[in-house]
Amino acid sequence: MIQPQSVGVVTPQLARFTEPLRLRSGETLADYELIYETYGTLNAERSNAVLVCHALSGSHHVAGHYADDPRELGWWDNLVGPGKPLDTRKFFVIGVNNLGGCHGSSGPNRINPATGRLWGADFPFVTVEDWVDAQARLADRLGIERFAAVVGGSLGGMQALSWTLQYPERIANAAVIASAAKLSAQNIAFNEVARQAILSDPDFHGGHYYEHGVVPARGLKLARMVGHITYLSDDSMAAKFGRNLRHGKAVYSYDVEFEVESYLRYQGDKFAGHFDANTYLLTTKALDYFDPAFEHGGSLQAALARASANFLVISFSTDWRFAPERSHEIVYALLHNQRNVSYAEIDCPAGHDSFLLDEPRYHALLSAWFDRIEV
Amino acid sequence: MAGYRYDYEVIAQWIEPGEKVLDLGCGDGSLLHHLMEVRQVQGYGVENDPDKILASVRNGVNVIQANMERGLTGLEDGFFDHVIMSLSLQAMHNTQGILAEMLRVAREAVVSFPNFGYWRHRQSILNGRMPVSESLPHQWFNTPNVRFFTIADFEALCEMNGIVIHERLAFDDGKLVLEEPNFLASVAVYRLGRSG
Repeated sequence: MIQPQSVGVVTPQLARFTEPLRLRSGETLADYELIYETYGTLNAERSNAVLVCHALSGSHHVAGHYADDPRELGWWDNLVGPGKPLDTRKFFVIGVNNLGGCHGSSGPNRINPATGRLWGADFPFVTVEDWVDAQARLADRLGIERFAAVVGGSLGGMQALSWTLQYPERIANAAVIASAAKLSAQNIAFNEVARQAILSDPDFHGGHYYEHGVVPARGLKLARMVGHITYLSDDSMAAKFGRNLRHGKAVYSYDVEFEVESYLRYQGDKFAGHFDANTYLLTTKALDYFDPAFEHGGSLQAALARASANFLVISFSTDWRFAPERSHEIVYALLHNQRNVSYAEIDCPAGHDSFLLDEPRYHALLSAWFDRIEV
Repeated sequence: MAGYRYDYEVIAQWIEPGEKVLDLGCGDGSLLHHLMEVRQVQGYGVENDPDKILASVRNGVNVIQANMERGLTGLEDGFFDHVIMSLSLQAMHNTQGILAEMLRVAREAVVSFPNFGYWRHRQSILNGRMPVSESLPHQWFNTPNVRFFTIADFEALCEMNGIVIHERLAFDDGKLVLEEPNFLASVAVYRLGRSG
């Protein structure tokens, strides 16, 4: 056992694809780019590759840092690295920014090659299944026939699950963390509030705000604020902020009084400063659309019959956005298909965001699971 | 991996190759691991203790976290060939509920438990102290056991609940006990089914 280390300085790479990608919406991307990072070394048998799928606000920058920005660690840096649960001494780990993203892959804030202008609102709707298709093409490009594992939390977990259905022969193991086989009506409702915040911002301009030299920052900020509330638990908010008052007493103002207001505004502003509103819209729709059981008469068990991977499913006790019950649905649908599946509900106060933390039991479980994967 | 337990051999005898098996309170998964090796079962363990779940994953055994006191909701009727509860029944509050659930989700149930009627346990009580033995290793103040029953008690409960006893093997110190098991056996292992 070594002391867990960082993967250190990383450099993103860009892959361009010219074979058209047909999307579930019926539209086609004639050509597109995917930005990605890799950590560790692909072995000679090409059998040690692990794909890490990102969630709503994530990116291809999973671990390490850039040479010119040592403070901006990858979003799952506590998981990926030498001596960490997803150990880069054993595995070749890939992070990729999904289509429609805003971190360098083809998306609304990139140039549409057909017009020479930014895609903006004209970027087609993309689904979890489309992302997986694109990831599979990247795997082809990297010479990876079969992933040792595909891993993701939240929306990333949906991609891991979808991998096992779209390419069952190309994935040996899947870790589906704090995720769901479909969103509940309540969950879609939260996404709709977020979208309406963006769509009703006067600076949105039908999604072509780039041309107007503005961004719908107020809408995006509101979207993030409402999202952020749902990623935390009542308890974690109580512990973090309680009813703490900035001035120690009520001053009868709409400026920040309660500390939780300050926090939400800060998080909203930070997010609106770097994230793209069109990407936010597209990504929440991808979340809403995902429902592999839909074309099987609503039977998840029938839908998961295609899967052959070994599964690890993890939920968190205080996650009400992707509640443990949603994981149970996946677990029992797999079990009744006689698939190998282990499931744990981690006791953690941090709500949905727990999946990004290095809670010891959670990481110990992931370590044990990754350790058993043969490459 | 925990030490080999003699009841594993008994249980394995009752399992056909390739069966679907559920192990309730699977601990570190060593029984399931054994059954996977000798019977190639498609096995799943149920646990609610995070350390044991971790140990089961380390052992390469499927383990599902669930609180069995709330029943086996989520599992279909009759899905499993055998459901096993090895030395855990005495640690459950909802005795009748879990027995009904076991025979709902599986064709047959295999249940083993420490016999509180074992003569050494009776002797201990006669001497005025709660029994502590190989089959009851805990003190009264730290025992996980919440139900204290004998072989005779258990069989009366089966009778009352329409549970059919297909087979019973009783042991003392790993040796089969054929006579007066309620007095001479420290552990009993049952193969149970539904009536009718």
